[in-house]
Amino acid sequence: MRRTIGVREIEDIALGAAVLGTGGGGDPYIGRLMAVQAIEDFGPVELVSVDEVDDDDWSVAIAMMGAPTVMVEKIPGGKEAEHAFRSIESFLGRPIRYLYSIEAGGINSTIPIALAAQLRMPLIDLDGMGRAFPEIQMVTHTLFGITATPFTMADEKGNSAVLSTVDNRWMETFARSIAVNMGATAHIAAYAASGRQQKEAAVRGTMTLAETIGRTIREARAAHVDVIARLCAVTQGQVIFQGKVVDVQRRTVAGFARGEAILEGIGADVGSQMSIDFQNENLIARRNGKVKVSVPDLITMVEEETGEPITTEGLRYGFRVNVIGMPSHPHWRTPAGLAVVGPRYFGYDVDFVPVEARPVPCAP
Amino acid sequence: MRIGIDVGGTNTDAVLMEGRTVVGWAKSPTTLDVSSGITGVLAKLLFETGVAPSAITAVMLGTTHFTNAVVERRSLSRTAVVRVGLPATGALRPFVDWPKDLVEAIGGVSYLVHGGYEFDGRPIAALDEAEVREVARQIHGAGIDCVAVSAVFSPVNTDQEIKVAELLAAEIPGVRVSLSHEIGRIGLLERENAAAMNACLVHLAERIVDSFRRALQELGISAPFFISQNDGTLMSAEFVEKYPVLTFASGPTNSMRGAAFLSGVKDGVVVDIGGTTSDVGVLVNGFPRDASVAVRVGGVRTNFRMPDVFSFGLGGGSHVQSDPLQIGPRSVGYEITRRALVFGGDDLTASDLAVAAGLADIGDRSRVAHLDPAFVAAAVARMAEMIEASIDRMKSAAGDVPVILVGGGTLLVGDRLNGVSELYRPEHAAVANAIGAAIAQVGGEVDRVFSLDATPRAQALAQAKEEAAQRVLREGALPESVEIVEVEEIPLAYLPGNAVRIRVKAVGALALE
Repeated sequence: MRRTIGVREIEDIALGAAVLGTGGGGDPYIGRLMAVQAIEDFGPVELVSVDEVDDDDWSVAIAMMGAPTVMVEKIPGGKEAEHAFRSIESFLGRPIRYLYSIEAGGINSTIPIALAAQLRMPLIDLDGMGRAFPEIQMVTHTLFGITATPFTMADEKGNSAVLSTVDNRWMETFARSIAVNMGATAHIAAYAASGRQQKEAAVRGTMTLAETIGRTIREARAAHVDVIARLCAVTQGQVIFQGKVVDVQRRTVAGFARGEAILEGIGADVGSQMSIDFQNENLIARRNGKVKVSVPDLITMVEEETGEPITTEGLRYGFRVNVIGMPSHPHWRTPAGLAVVGPRYFGYDVDFVPVEARPVPCAP
Repeated sequence: MRIGIDVGGTNTDAVLMEGRTVVGWAKSPTTLDVSSGITGVLAKLLFETGVAPSAITAVMLGTTHFTNAVVERRSLSRTAVVRVGLPATGALRPFVDWPKDLVEAIGGVSYLVHGGYEFDGRPIAALDEAEVREVARQIHGAGIDCVAVSAVFSPVNTDQEIKVAELLAAEIPGVRVSLSHEIGRIGLLERENAAAMNACLVHLAERIVDSFRRALQELGISAPFFISQNDGTLMSAEFVEKYPVLTFASGPTNSMRGAAFLSGVKDGVVVDIGGTTSDVGVLVNGFPRDASVAVRVGGVRTNFRMPDVFSFGLGGGSHVQSDPLQIGPRSVGYEITRRALVFGGDDLTASDLAVAAGLADIGDRSRVAHLDPAFVAAAVARMAEMIEASIDRMKSAAGDVPVILVGGGTLLVGDRLNGVSELYRPEHAAVANAIGAAIAQVGGEVDRVFSLDATPRAQALAQAKEEAAQRVLREGALPESVEIVEVEEIPLAYLPGNAVRIRVKAVGALALE
């Protein structure tokens, strides 16, 4: 199904992407404004299903990497994405037909849309995560042998880099240190993949999913129906805790904003406590010390009344939230997937248990 | 005894309070010069209560003046934004997400110059002083003397913003510079927006504060005088002249706190109908519900922490057009007692409709007798719909909610509204804002960088809390009333020593009697 992304779709995608961002992925606001501006300047972007992509047509992912708190402060100069794209195009030496998002959660849902409008290129309706994750190798493409190499980066000053590494984990190491030197934000182009590879490896339909989530929240608010119940319905999620933020602790470890939020139960959860650890994204939620949901499943805090997703950097003392757990893509729940993004990768010595295997009904 | 004053777009209200008791209140129209309205209402209040000026221990002022100026796009100074951040930030220019009519109203022009900082304090580019001087000359040449300066990561390093202010001052005689780091937090666009709105209000603030001051002097009141901020705490008069933007949501905060105080309702919706605008907010446990997301003021996104309020242009002084029917957002404001039909004027206002419909009995009723009853009915129904829609927008569940009506414009509302379980019109509701101002608290904030390697986190937090509490005490709070209301930690990535910015805010009740 071919369709176009206009300004209204971007608003919905950005809101849905904040839900899929699981507290991280960067505030989609800046990316949304950039995408809206590009569409106003260059016209709507064509969105195509991966089934329509020819097996031999190539696509590359466009993204921003770095610290989310930096992205809302040091706004891009405007030429970085095209610079990164031109670098990878010339390095690959083959025509690139499509752009795609590596990360449907957070700011990277909209960054490729801005470039797609500018270059008048179609976007494929898929991503590499189905959510947001903090590291470059954490894409389903890695599980299918697709390499991040060649990997290009560009900053606002005009610097660029082309990286080639033995695996995607090494790419994370090198690219991160370059990004830090670029001022903790950079635009990247990477994960060149053929249509054939995308059909096998990608998480399909996630641009549409983000848009559906955003539209659902918008419409539920307008109709004054239970936003959170609707949100659970479209994401197959469940409310795992209702609480008030009583403490947020943050520290920076090896370039990532790590921390912990403590929630005191309200409503049905009075008397209980939940702790949520995050590394840019929410990683693990424990109720009274017992693990309730962990990566790769999605943990998102939303404002209890409006369903507005709350980012880890926006989290503050006193917020009243519902914590929603959502299932991750089946690719992530395989042994290979869990090796890349499971709880042990993030340093938690617990077995992954799917969110739906610890049933909690959605709050009425 | 203390006096709370609310200077609205239409009326100036004053209450005299002793402890939790309302000793007396008075209301009079806001005047063009502001001060004579205050003088008038205070003279009335002191006369009616028989209290001597010397018995007044403090005067607290709340005003929606600055918010109204932005909402109505009126009395705003022409403003330039100088953003320091090239070669970064060009993708989104200043004013990017603003309503176009507001940008036009302030003649918003923007300049991008090289500079700004990385997250770790390294410069993105060196500040080019010649470039800034050239920009300053262009701003001066355009006849603009209100300038907002926003540098990338100025909350981390304030040097470039301060340097740009010096360069602007050297080139533009009498320039008023609003520096973004003094107003907002991390988040370039939101901080810049707040600074730009502050800049366009500075001249107005100087006039308003001056007239407040003169009004009090004329009455022989020598008590200290405070102005309400967004969060319900008070700031000094000198402070508001430089930072009028910090008063933005004080009106709604005061009215909601006043409404909760007067009605005893702790959970419900407060509709404050003024002369020019109506503000709808939600009380949760007696306090305004905070907006947990970026708040828009006059259509502009900011990152202040503010009460979650929906404002729209309906008030007692709203202009009414008949064909097609349109009510507000323009308002006769403080001139209602001269310009409304029932007061002998020529302007058809929302209050005239309320009188014609029999909802209120003010002024000369015969002067609206000629209005077509069908038109009056349609217009009154439209006003009810506007209010119902705003309540509907703010409430979070589909059921009916209790609603407290406050403010001078409550006469626009009949006996019932759809979607409302119970309609409260508490005694003294017309002066809820002034009461809210009079129960206002003082605040103290600590915003500092700690190295968590040198100071354990618990100790750093305890230290920041203690300092904030001390500041509140220095502002004159009762020791037993001091509480910590906000704690925020911002990690400063990649700095040695695990640096974290800790911001703690404490409030307490002002010790007076």
